[in-house]
Amino acid sequence: MHLAYPAVLSTLLFCTGLYGVLARRNAILVLMSVEVMLNAVNLNLVAFDVWLSKAAEETLHSGQALTLFTIAIAAAEIGIGLAIVLAVHRNRGTADIDKLRDTAEGHETDGPDSDARTAEQADRTGKAEATA
Amino acid sequence: MSPAAAAATAAHSMTTAAAESHGFLSPTGVEIAFLLVGLVTFGAALVTVTTKQLVHAALWLVVTLGGIAVEYLLLTAEFIAWVQVLIYVGSVVVLLLFGLMLTKAPIGRSPDADSGNRWAALAVAVAAAAALVWVVVDAFRATWIDLGGPAAGSTEATGASLFQNWVLPFEALSVLLLAALVGAIVLSRKAKTEKSSPPVNSRPATGSSPSVPDSRNHPVERNGSVKGTESAEQEGGR
Repeated sequence: MHLAYPAVLSTLLFCTGLYGVLARRNAILVLMSVEVMLNAVNLNLVAFDVWLSKAAEETLHSGQALTLFTIAIAAAEIGIGLAIVLAVHRNRGTADIDKLRDTAEGHETDGPDSDARTAEQADRTGKAEATA
Repeated sequence: MSPAAAAATAAHSMTTAAAESHGFLSPTGVEIAFLLVGLVTFGAALVTVTTKQLVHAALWLVVTLGGIAVEYLLLTAEFIAWVQVLIYVGSVVVLLLFGLMLTKAPIGRSPDADSGNRWAALAVAVAAAAALVWVVVDAFRATWIDLGGPAAGSTEATGASLFQNWVLPFEALSVLLLAALVGAIVLSRKAKTEKSSPPVNSRPATGSSPSVPDSRNHPVERNGSVKGTESAEQEGGR
């Protein structure tokens, strides 16, 4: 098989995930896009490992080992990420990334809902974001 | 014709013959299958990142991840393929669906699924895709994967290399998974007035997978804590 096929496919999948990470507003959809990017990297690793394992005399199968490690780390990442998103949703009532602007620098561009927020609530959300 | 030029011509014809023997313009069956599955995978990924229905995005993600598993099979990496099916399609997508439902994601079309900078994101993604595809195709234009012979990613080969050369990272990874388990529990329990039920619930889950159906039988009384044990049990069940 031509090596360009898996390489180009993983490139396209990576850029699809990149678009999703940049353009999505819901945090869980951003996590999905991150998964797509990680899978693109995995496909690249597997393709190059198969190529090198046939081209070289002796191989460590490092591509496939790294793919397994990436899959495990991605699973851990999705667990922690969802726990963080749920904690933020519980404290803020939203999972939209655009609205989590408490630590933003510069001028205050929050919506009207943040103006009505009490000081105690702001303190809690500040703690939530520090946790996140 | 001078001898040097003749030798150069012969060498050139040899390289082109080598390229022709690989079938530069006549793809093999594996390549055609890879191309078709790749198109399906890429289309599903596009729908995943562009659809306005949140649950549909998770379901199209299943198609994407399953397509990548088929690509692993076509690349003779069968162990990775089944790991992909088990972990990604089996648990990660289920976790994402749980997350969508616990954050009260709207069923149906949600008009604000994309943020305002989607055109800038589209420009960045298209530019990155163009640059990367150009570089990759230019670099690996004359490289072929030899898929004949014994499978490069059979369970035997993968297991041998994993436990001969990669034992220490493998063990470090188990520590990382334990840290993630504890971290998910700590993050998802409420800071105050929380009974010790989430750790108690999730402790038997670290041993084996049969406790995962048990957790599904729990009624969802408190979103956060049940979700926390759910994610922890998914990780433990793996």
